[in-house]
Amino acid sequence: MTATQDRPAAEIGKDRRRKEDQRLITGRTRWTDNMTLPGMLHLAMVRSPFAHASITSIDVDAAKASANVVAVLTGKDFGDELGVCINAWPITPDQKTPAHSPMPADRVAFAGEVVAVVVARSAAAARDAAELVDVEYDELPAVVGIKKALEDSVLAHPDLGTNKSALWIFDSSEAGTGGDVEGAIEEARANGIVIEREYRQQRLIPAFMEPRSVVVDPTGEQITMWSATQIPHILRFALAATTGVPESKIRVIAPDVGGGFGGKLQTTPEEWIAWAVARRLSKPVKYTETRSESLMAAHHGRDQVQTLTLAADKDGKVTGFKVHLDADLGAYIAIVGGGVPVLGAFMFNAIYKFPSYRFECQTVLTNTTFTDAYRGAGRPEATYAIERMMDELAAEVGVDPLEIRERNWITHEEFPFTTVAGLEYDTGNYEAATAKAKESFGYDELRREQAERRQRGDRVQLGIGVSTFTEMCGLAPSRVLGSLDYGAGGWEHASVRMTPLGKVEVVTGASAHGQGHETAFSQIVADRLGVPFEDVEVLHGDTQVAPKGLDTYGSRSLVVGGEALVRAVDKVIDKAKVLAAHLLEASEDDLEYTAGRFSVRGTDQGTTIQELATATFAGHDYPEGMELNLDADATYDPVNFNYPHGTHLCAMEVDTETGAVKMRKYTCCDDIGTIINPLIVAGQVHGGLVQGIAQALWEEAVYDESGTLVSGSFVDYLLPTSADTISFDVVHTDDPSICTTNTLGTKGVGEAGTIASTPAVVNAVVDAVRHLGVSDIQMPCTPERVWRAIHAGDGDAPTPGAAMPHFQEDSLNQDEGAGQ
Amino acid sequence: MTKIELTVDGAAVSDDVEPRMLLVQYLREKLGKTGTVIGCDTSNCGACTVHLDGTSVKSCNVLAVQANGRTVTTIEGLADTAEGDLHPVQEAFRECHGLQCGFCTPGMIMQAVDLLAENPTPTEEEVRLGMEGNLCRCTGYHNIVKSVLQASGQTEGAQA
Repeated sequence: MTATQDRPAAEIGKDRRRKEDQRLITGRTRWTDNMTLPGMLHLAMVRSPFAHASITSIDVDAAKASANVVAVLTGKDFGDELGVCINAWPITPDQKTPAHSPMPADRVAFAGEVVAVVVARSAAAARDAAELVDVEYDELPAVVGIKKALEDSVLAHPDLGTNKSALWIFDSSEAGTGGDVEGAIEEARANGIVIEREYRQQRLIPAFMEPRSVVVDPTGEQITMWSATQIPHILRFALAATTGVPESKIRVIAPDVGGGFGGKLQTTPEEWIAWAVARRLSKPVKYTETRSESLMAAHHGRDQVQTLTLAADKDGKVTGFKVHLDADLGAYIAIVGGGVPVLGAFMFNAIYKFPSYRFECQTVLTNTTFTDAYRGAGRPEATYAIERMMDELAAEVGVDPLEIRERNWITHEEFPFTTVAGLEYDTGNYEAATAKAKESFGYDELRREQAERRQRGDRVQLGIGVSTFTEMCGLAPSRVLGSLDYGAGGWEHASVRMTPLGKVEVVTGASAHGQGHETAFSQIVADRLGVPFEDVEVLHGDTQVAPKGLDTYGSRSLVVGGEALVRAVDKVIDKAKVLAAHLLEASEDDLEYTAGRFSVRGTDQGTTIQELATATFAGHDYPEGMELNLDADATYDPVNFNYPHGTHLCAMEVDTETGAVKMRKYTCCDDIGTIINPLIVAGQVHGGLVQGIAQALWEEAVYDESGTLVSGSFVDYLLPTSADTISFDVVHTDDPSICTTNTLGTKGVGEAGTIASTPAVVNAVVDAVRHLGVSDIQMPCTPERVWRAIHAGDGDAPTPGAAMPHFQEDSLNQDEGAGQ
Repeated sequence: MTKIELTVDGAAVSDDVEPRMLLVQYLREKLGKTGTVIGCDTSNCGACTVHLDGTSVKSCNVLAVQANGRTVTTIEGLADTAEGDLHPVQEAFRECHGLQCGFCTPGMIMQAVDLLAENPTPTEEEVRLGMEGNLCRCTGYHNIVKSVLQASGQTEGAQA
């Protein structure tokens, strides 16, 4: 502990405006697609229109002859130099993992897979010529959908002999963390309550706003790759590991990156193809995907069928929870592929004291785009399942949904608490977060209004949805990852450098893409080192500048990367103290460090950290044995995850005649420990909420039976707009539960909104119409699905005639004034 | 190739362009105005929004040749940023944390400027409808709406 601990924090907790914004609001940006290099060539991909087919021939002659085309290359033209796309997390030793070439030569396994690449002097010429590549396919039967895949009648990869990739199991009685769930279910069937449900986690698309782009420059001693990626360090590692180029010859830069949400936590076929083409032609190349390509071929998220059995006693105290997931991996196992649903294994028990628990996850392969992390990654799915089930249990017992939660949750006196999934939750206060959320939401008044509307039989009914979530974030203790057979660690690295004129350069292995690390990390360093906020420069996202790191995902940057930073700063202060004592001719024991200044106790003598930095630069006077710099590195491996939690309350209005839903109010009280910058935290919460709400109400990646993505543009994949959403009521508890496993007491917040909001919204929609006999509505809760749920039992049928177009069949369908 | 002459961010420019070239491609590829970005190919996202003769347009939906003889303003020409100036809408986006990754931001700001020119004191509902053609994946729109309202002088500062 250093002396700065005793000083009131000036920066931490302040709603600093972001350092990043000046460039971004004036268009002075460096997106990968903005890069132009001398002699740069442009790539266009030729993609398979079939979900599953053998490639019988590829005729590239016409494309090659096209103006300004430099080369047309196929999988056959490359050997091992193309490398492979890796799966870094085989979830079981016997996992069936199909070989994943960036550009297969013989067979495609999903629609959108790259079969050839055109290289031309301009992007337009490349795109034109791509249309001229003539690929002959022999179409094979495609398997689409989890249930079809489980039948094994049509195989995504015939050579594997099955679509079942891996079965991962956690059982509390085997792990010694709880009892036998089958016994609990048997007992509940006899004397208690058993709730059995099947929930569908539809497939989603991360849909970051900046399409992926990659530039490779092979003309230097190091081959440089710029990529719109969340993971420059992992990308460099994977390029070296699979293409034979030593790491020391590879530089990866993630410049300005326009959002990721897990969607840029990938090592992509397109990056590998660009890499191989640049090396082959010895010229810089650029590839930027179209939005359609992005939606079709960048990885998707979620996509599970959840089979759930909850056992409880008659009072609604849960005695056991059994979870079986079937998770769609798509055509290949992406970098974290099968691991994403497994991350949920530890979260289905959520904030509750369940005596017994069993989790099974069966992953399956299908002829669809591969799936991987999307904001929350495994935890939104788990939270959805348990929070929907707790509402069902409340309905069965006949009590308020918050009451059933209170009967089961861990009380604030019980922390630290080891859960039935084996995690140790360090701190939390579910009572406080719930009380605060209820008050801000006006829970009791809205419940009264709901009762009145029900009694009156209003056409528009009101529903109130609850989600009391927690999550594990701060990925991750390396030893835990090792025990799960993950292919890397979870540590983070930071360096702090004092420049000769007293500025501070902070190097982090985290790689921001919109989170505001430059601002938040500057606040941490300014406080701890006692220097002005403006004097701190945060450097990241370039493996030559920040050579070590494990990048940004899993709500880890602050809680893991921030702790590495704290430790590096403390080392700088320790080093500076030796020099200060020497220059002040005092004992180190007599020095105090406050607000960036060492002073000798009881005197007015002192020296600042900036003066010491300059003295180190000069090197004219320093103690024997001192290394002549004030710089320090730190690598931090977390000892535990951390567990932010919160209570989210949502009021939805449901039109019982049309099925249309409308959000009335949304309140969330998140307890995330110490808040570094409340403005940035609020932004993370808002954005997270809308992504979770969008899963509940709007978004779904839809395939037809032949494996064609029919939601492959922003016309069809329904991203919410400002007109679809409302302003949110975001509050925090007055006395947050400080995290005990990092110095600043912080918990992750990047994924919280997304994890919590989906079940809150669906619970609210179901709550609005439960009295009409509805107990579930599949996501997204479209007006049609809501309407069908309401009218499922009453024999009423939709009126297709009224929903048909209103124009004459033989006349043009034109608005007045159209075509002018 | 067709010769076009137009004014972009206050400067007269002239080029020979393919008739099929989109205005956004012209801005980015010929003029290096990379502050204006491309986010989709169906004119849904609005990231490429610029002003054509003072009115917001999605520049992926306008051919470069259609801009011949006209005046284009991009995010880079909205204020004299070399002098450190910011347009009030730019300032409001920073003040209200109306951006995170910043990719949609140029389009958002250009649309907001146009919205406020038409309706200087919009309600929240009017802002939400007026910004509907611009997609953002980071902010959940909460602080974007707040930014536009603040730029209109109707609210003060950001609230966390």
